[in-house]
Amino acid sequence: MDTALLIEKSILVLLLFLVSLGAAAYMTYFERKLAAWIQDRVGPDRAGPFGILQPIADGVKMFLKEDFIPAKADKWLFIIGPGIAMFTALITSAVVPWGPKLHLFGRDIALQVADINIGILYVFGVLSVGVYGIMIGGWASNNKYSLYGAIRASSQMISYELAMGVSAITIVLLSGSLSLNDIVTQQSGVWNVFYQPVAFFIFFVCSLAELNRAPFDLPECESELVGGYHTEYSSMKLGLYLFAEYTSMFVSSAIMAILFFGGYHFPGMSHFSGNTLAILGIAALAIKIFIFIFVIMWIRWTIPRFRFDQLMHLGWKTLLPLSLINLLITGLVIAFKNGWF
Amino acid sequence: MSLQIISIILGSLTLASALMVVLSKHPIRSVIYLVVTFFFITSMYIMMNAQFLAIVNMIVYAGAIMVLFLFVLMLLNLNKEMEPMNTKGAQLAAFIAGGSLFLVLITALKDTLILGQTYRQQDNSIGLVKELGNLLFTKYVVAFELTSILFIAAMVGAILLAKREKQIIE
Repeated sequence: MDTALLIEKSILVLLLFLVSLGAAAYMTYFERKLAAWIQDRVGPDRAGPFGILQPIADGVKMFLKEDFIPAKADKWLFIIGPGIAMFTALITSAVVPWGPKLHLFGRDIALQVADINIGILYVFGVLSVGVYGIMIGGWASNNKYSLYGAIRASSQMISYELAMGVSAITIVLLSGSLSLNDIVTQQSGVWNVFYQPVAFFIFFVCSLAELNRAPFDLPECESELVGGYHTEYSSMKLGLYLFAEYTSMFVSSAIMAILFFGGYHFPGMSHFSGNTLAILGIAALAIKIFIFIFVIMWIRWTIPRFRFDQLMHLGWKTLLPLSLINLLITGLVIAFKNGWF
Repeated sequence: MSLQIISIILGSLTLASALMVVLSKHPIRSVIYLVVTFFFITSMYIMMNAQFLAIVNMIVYAGAIMVLFLFVLMLLNLNKEMEPMNTKGAQLAAFIAGGSLFLVLITALKDTLILGQTYRQQDNSIGLVKELGNLLFTKYVVAFELTSILFIAAMVGAILLAKREKQIIE
């Protein structure tokens, strides 16, 4: 085993872990500030200048609250529920290519933890396992609102996974590879979104549903279900659920930027090389992620939520047929270009 | 050598979690242990460099099918008094059925020795998507297409059943 490689990857994993958590923490601050801006309020402004220390204060508050487990809850499942949610939110970032290669200490360092040749399937695999955190937590609480929240969350995640997968297949057809690294390098000229606007639209709507974000936030719909699947949770367990949501928002923004918006590519890239290029590439990806996060939050504070039957209709009767037709057309065009007709 | 140690550890963990599926009293816990078992099987596929099979096992079995299992069990909320099929006759039938399956599996184990040797002769890319796709669309194309027709038939049947039930309610 190459020791240097091991050290390099461990540092990368640690960095990714810290960056994901830090981004998630500051996304809560950003969301509150954005909500305040949209609703013409001030937002959090007490902790530090412009309230910049608010996420830290929130974190300390979460840790210091009483950790309560309901008497009739399934204790072990109640404890591991938030853990699974956080774990699945964090491990997706392992296959994301964050930038071009860095040159440090005479080595080429790939800014991707694992360049597996089934990267996009790995993302979907983790996504389909992500349901368990919510389901187990919701069921173990032994509360009808939690159970309703969990059932809503899992049925919505299963339904929207299909359309999402089919729209991702069109990207795989275009690039001819399942590896996220290959998909990014093939977008050095034209970004995929210009070839596949419909697929991007479907993918984006489905990611909102997968993230349980507005207008699809029925699993934690306060007016019907108290708090949804985390009604019974308190202290840092609740914190982990909320954190997991923001972490997966960060990672899925990265995935969308990679699949459709050229990942770390930016216009005028050929003028740079070496480490400058790598740093600019990371910055470009970060800006794209930031824009996606902004749009997702903007949607939350603008659009009211769907009714549950509307959500199911949209998923099964609109998005899935649309994505299938899109896949068929893409396939036909590619076959035509390869001279099959 | 280290590979062998890893596979021994993985194998015993797989067996332990599979045993817990049968031994745990609570149906929900059984399902969760089954999910864990599927994860260990996924890791075994990765050990054999069958990446595609591993990830499909994770998406389809651990992800989709077990979620549906969990779904149904959570809604049923089974407990000891309501447990169906717990009579002596059912237990005997289950014992005989399980025992005969066990016998078949034991005899099938003999073939795995030969299969293992053919696997070692192949190169490392055997489990990757490209090789698998080539095989599926050339050598096994008839079987592959027939399976897909079978799946579509099952899907249509499921939709038909769901539809008919709805009409009765209305």
